[in-house]
Amino acid sequence: MFIIGIGNPYRRDDGAGIAVVRRLDGVAGLEVVAHHGEGLELMGLWQGHDDVVVVDAVSSGAAAGTVHRLDAAAGPLPAALFCHSSHAFGLAQAVELSREMGSLPARMTIIGIEAGDWSAGEVLTAPVAAAVAAVAAELAEGG
Amino acid sequence: MARTRTIKVDALARVEGEGSLRLRLKDGVIQQLEFGIFEPPRFFEAFLVGRDYSEAPDITARICGICPIAYQMGAINAMEDALDIQVPRPIRDLRRLIYCGEWIESHGLHVYMLHAPDFLGLADAIELAKVNRPLVEKALRLKQIGNEILAAVGGGRAIHPINLRVGGFYRAPTKQEIGALVEPLKWAVETSLETVRVVSAFEFPEVEQDYTFMALRHEDEYPIHEGRLITNRGDDFPVRDFEDHVDEEHVARSNALHGFMKARGAHHVGPMARYSLNHDRLGATARQAAAEAGLGPVITNPFHSIIVRSVEILQACEDALRLAENYEMPDRPFIEPEPRAAVGYGCTEAPRGICYHRYELAEDGAIKSARIIPPTAQNQKIIESDLWQVVERNLHLPDEDLKWRCEQAIRNYDPCISCATHFLKLEVERE
Repeated sequence: MFIIGIGNPYRRDDGAGIAVVRRLDGVAGLEVVAHHGEGLELMGLWQGHDDVVVVDAVSSGAAAGTVHRLDAAAGPLPAALFCHSSHAFGLAQAVELSREMGSLPARMTIIGIEAGDWSAGEVLTAPVAAAVAAVAAELAEGG
Repeated sequence: MARTRTIKVDALARVEGEGSLRLRLKDGVIQQLEFGIFEPPRFFEAFLVGRDYSEAPDITARICGICPIAYQMGAINAMEDALDIQVPRPIRDLRRLIYCGEWIESHGLHVYMLHAPDFLGLADAIELAKVNRPLVEKALRLKQIGNEILAAVGGGRAIHPINLRVGGFYRAPTKQEIGALVEPLKWAVETSLETVRVVSAFEFPEVEQDYTFMALRHEDEYPIHEGRLITNRGDDFPVRDFEDHVDEEHVARSNALHGFMKARGAHHVGPMARYSLNHDRLGATARQAAAEAGLGPVITNPFHSIIVRSVEILQACEDALRLAENYEMPDRPFIEPEPRAAVGYGCTEAPRGICYHRYELAEDGAIKSARIIPPTAQNQKIIESDLWQVVERNLHLPDEDLKWRCEQAIRNYDPCISCATHFLKLEVERE
């Protein structure tokens, strides 16, 4: 399993994805990478992998710490969940372009952790920290 | 009878980050036009206080995911200015090489994925892939080559390179590691030449402005990471005098800080400014390609920015190829800095224009204060100014088309609102 954690560790809960992969670094059987989320690079990263999990902070209006799970291989991602990307060409666009170009991994799960606080800083809010721990534990056991 | 038109864009697409645009028209006359973005570098400026000088490159790199080198080099130049460090030629060349990689990546993404769809009447890059898949494949490969440069010089990964430091690099790449870039860069030069030709055949809306351009100026190079600052109005000053010439003002209604020249009002930074002020510094290939694309030495139509960016990709590919072919490992990867109380200034040409850093350091090297003025903050007034013309010339269009034309005009500046990260809402009220 190849796990990509997306985010910015200097913007509090925007670092949720990074925090998850940091916990998984060194766990046997897992390949992990931290990434800032620019879409074209993501496409290059997951190309050639069969089983990919992407973890990122999201903003959908749900309570902070809520964990969303999406099967990207199944069909187009819901635009509403990703409309607040800070990248012009971010995760959602990368998934759709990969699908169009025929390079989307056979299995791709997107785990979105609802953020509570996006301001400058390095500390996750409590509900997000808890969600990070739970997601990391789940992925460490093989998802 | 008064007729009000309101155009609202909740999320401006295909720009890095998000911003806001409000347009109110009454009887076909613009009453109000405001382009606004937030200033997140302010948060970083506060966040840096108390940190060690050596941390500034890595922290400021997180301001922007697509232009980390611009921030790292701005911080490094400022710290080296403060600590009186001059790096030898091989280190200097490595810096130019990695910065070329960033231009290739950033401009490549913008030209193909963000801006070209506008000129082709397509909603996005996914639509572009449906009608011209080979073009998108080339864009992806070009972007990947930019990544390979960043990884080779930046410490094994393209993602927020870890190898840049005040004084040089933590580890100098080997000749083999840099040599591996040569063949891909030869392909990149050919592809970027082709890109100039492709974009020059687009249709360009008619907008003209006599801009006040500001860019770096170097004694022999097309400027990227070194130089003095000049304008096309006769200004010429060292980086340390930047704040004597440029200021920012808070524009309350749009929550934005607008950069401007104290003596001249709105100024324009970025590829069009660099090109217009440094046309004579372009290499022969780039200059020829620009001429064949129909560009003169000075740009007055902002929609030609896509051609200028393509010319800059070509210049960056050629420079990177030459640097890769001639690379010699430096004797030492870095010069050890000696902290002291000082103020330092740094300014480099990010893909989007001049990015200015100033730091004050304490005796032990801790940062006492920081000021960062990114290019997109400086371009806000001129973006608004362009939009006035664009709207006035396109009032006859239905709202959806006018909205798209405004977005296309904003994208001329490839605004890195990630360096501003907030939400773009376009509101147009027609009364």
